[in-house]
Amino acid sequence: MVAVRRAQTALEAVDLVKTYSAGRNNPPVRALRGLSFSAAKGTVFGLLGPNGAGKSTTVKILSTLSVADSGSAHVAGVDVTAKPHRVRRAIGFVAQKPGTDPMATATENLLLAGRLHGMSRHDATARARELIDRFGLAEAANRLVSTYSGGMARKLDVALGLMHRPQVLFLDEPTTGLDPQARSEMWHEIARMAADEQMTVLLTTHYLDEADHLADRLAIVDHGTVVATGTPEELKSELRGDAVQIELAEADDRAAAVLRRVHGLREITMDGCTVRGRTDDGARALPPALAALDEAGIAVASATLARPSLDDVYLRHTGHALQAPGGEDLKALEAAK
Amino acid sequence: MTTAHTESTGARPLTLIAHTAFLTGRLMRTLWRTPTFLIVGLVQPVIWLLLFSRLFRSVVDLPGFTHGDGGFLRFLTPGVVMMTALFASAWAGTTYLQDIDRGVMDRLLTSPASRAAMMCATMAHQAIQTVIQSLVIVVIALIAGATFPGGPAGVALTVLAAALLTLIFSALSNAVALLTRQQATLIAISQFTTLPLMFLSSAVMDLQLAPGWVRSVAAYNPVEWAVVAAREAMAAHTDWSVVGTRLGVLAAAVAVMGFLATRAFRAYRKST
Repeated sequence: MVAVRRAQTALEAVDLVKTYSAGRNNPPVRALRGLSFSAAKGTVFGLLGPNGAGKSTTVKILSTLSVADSGSAHVAGVDVTAKPHRVRRAIGFVAQKPGTDPMATATENLLLAGRLHGMSRHDATARARELIDRFGLAEAANRLVSTYSGGMARKLDVALGLMHRPQVLFLDEPTTGLDPQARSEMWHEIARMAADEQMTVLLTTHYLDEADHLADRLAIVDHGTVVATGTPEELKSELRGDAVQIELAEADDRAAAVLRRVHGLREITMDGCTVRGRTDDGARALPPALAALDEAGIAVASATLARPSLDDVYLRHTGHALQAPGGEDLKALEAAK
Repeated sequence: MTTAHTESTGARPLTLIAHTAFLTGRLMRTLWRTPTFLIVGLVQPVIWLLLFSRLFRSVVDLPGFTHGDGGFLRFLTPGVVMMTALFASAWAGTTYLQDIDRGVMDRLLTSPASRAAMMCATMAHQAIQTVIQSLVIVVIALIAGATFPGGPAGVALTVLAAALLTLIFSALSNAVALLTRQQATLIAISQFTTLPLMFLSSAVMDLQLAPGWVRSVAAYNPVEWAVVAAREAMAAHTDWSVVGTRLGVLAAAVAVMGFLATRAFRAYRKST
């Protein structure tokens, strides 16, 4: 049974713990505190969480770059601790920071990656040409990477990860630092290649919309552990009813207490000037909520009602909001769709 | 057992050679595009060669200076060749630091490229530069009027000794780079080691004129091994046992340093 399960599981992490030393006078940093998840073959699995949650550390351990203090991990059915070099043949790795050689051209970067993976010169040349065309780098293919824009270099990073048709591709925050246009193009490419290449993708991101758009399943990571896991739809449907969000004119600690007394509102949380809650029927609960705040002398700047989003899922499981990704991401999402 | 061994190193010999060739090719291409360091690295030795050979011309006439045949320029040339090799290879770790900084290192480490190949490639890259620089220095010495009775074979063995010396110290520099990951530390360690190693050898002065303790220390100094092998190979009546033993210990030191430096990748992985 275990063997069967493993055959269909491309990625499996069990109780990963990793501690970094933080200098002589500081206590060690516990990056991972028993992180576990598994991803089925051929799916895009998202690790969603803020910077410092442990996403990159997880990717480093699974891609053999780092070793866990304890716990176990399998990639493409291979134990990363016992046989790291076999894992390396099966994976493509796109790190958070660029991994291209700036003193080489795109073609040279790709050929080296292919040859190191044991491809013949002929196969590597053909594959490099295919990827260069697909990522729209044809005109710049024979220019040094040091002359590339951030978006072009990022595309080449992903192309490098795909060069040898890996079984598992790691994408560590592939769109961080990209402008909206480049991000939208990248999303488009990731979605397409996940479908075309029949591979498993582990995507880390701190953009909720990115996870929602690209991931088949995702795990919400907070302080080195997985706090929730499921498909984006499952996670959202766990939350009953509508989300109510009220922006106060100025922060007021009494607001939460006032709203908790309003019939039909529950799960009230405060974060600065923002008060969030849930209700089965938003349209009915909002007027008494606003009336109660007004009666208590608390000025309201705005109020919104929304169907549950991943943002709400995140908030519920971690108790804090993920940084708002900003308006341009929504536009990028629309463009990508 | 064989399988287990292959598993643990992650590479068969042919793969190791192929990977070393691919990675060396990458570094040579970069050198070809920006040969600045290679050329700038020649300015200092050429100045030493031409200045010192004039300035200290008469030291060969000192009583006790036993290697004075052919003048100070002939004496000094192997010394300058080794100094150049030593100083350049002490900086070899910079390539790793740049790769770490640019993320190239992490990408290579997650690829099937073997650690040994990654180490060999940077060492080979440095050795090739040394071969080029050594030949340029010898040619300049010849133009300046030096004669080398050892002929082309003597020059070839001098270049070989310089290349071996480069392999030792570039491996050391790579290990320091992997362990410290800091340019400042790498520079400090390079400077603290290279100058003493140079002056605790007969690179610029006949050790017969040095205190006894310097001679004792020099016997364990790879720079001295290389200088002695080269000077003997370029002399009129070469004692081949001297050349052979010195090249032998240099080669053994290359193997040991290369192995130890490759182990430094483990420390790098632990702390990543």
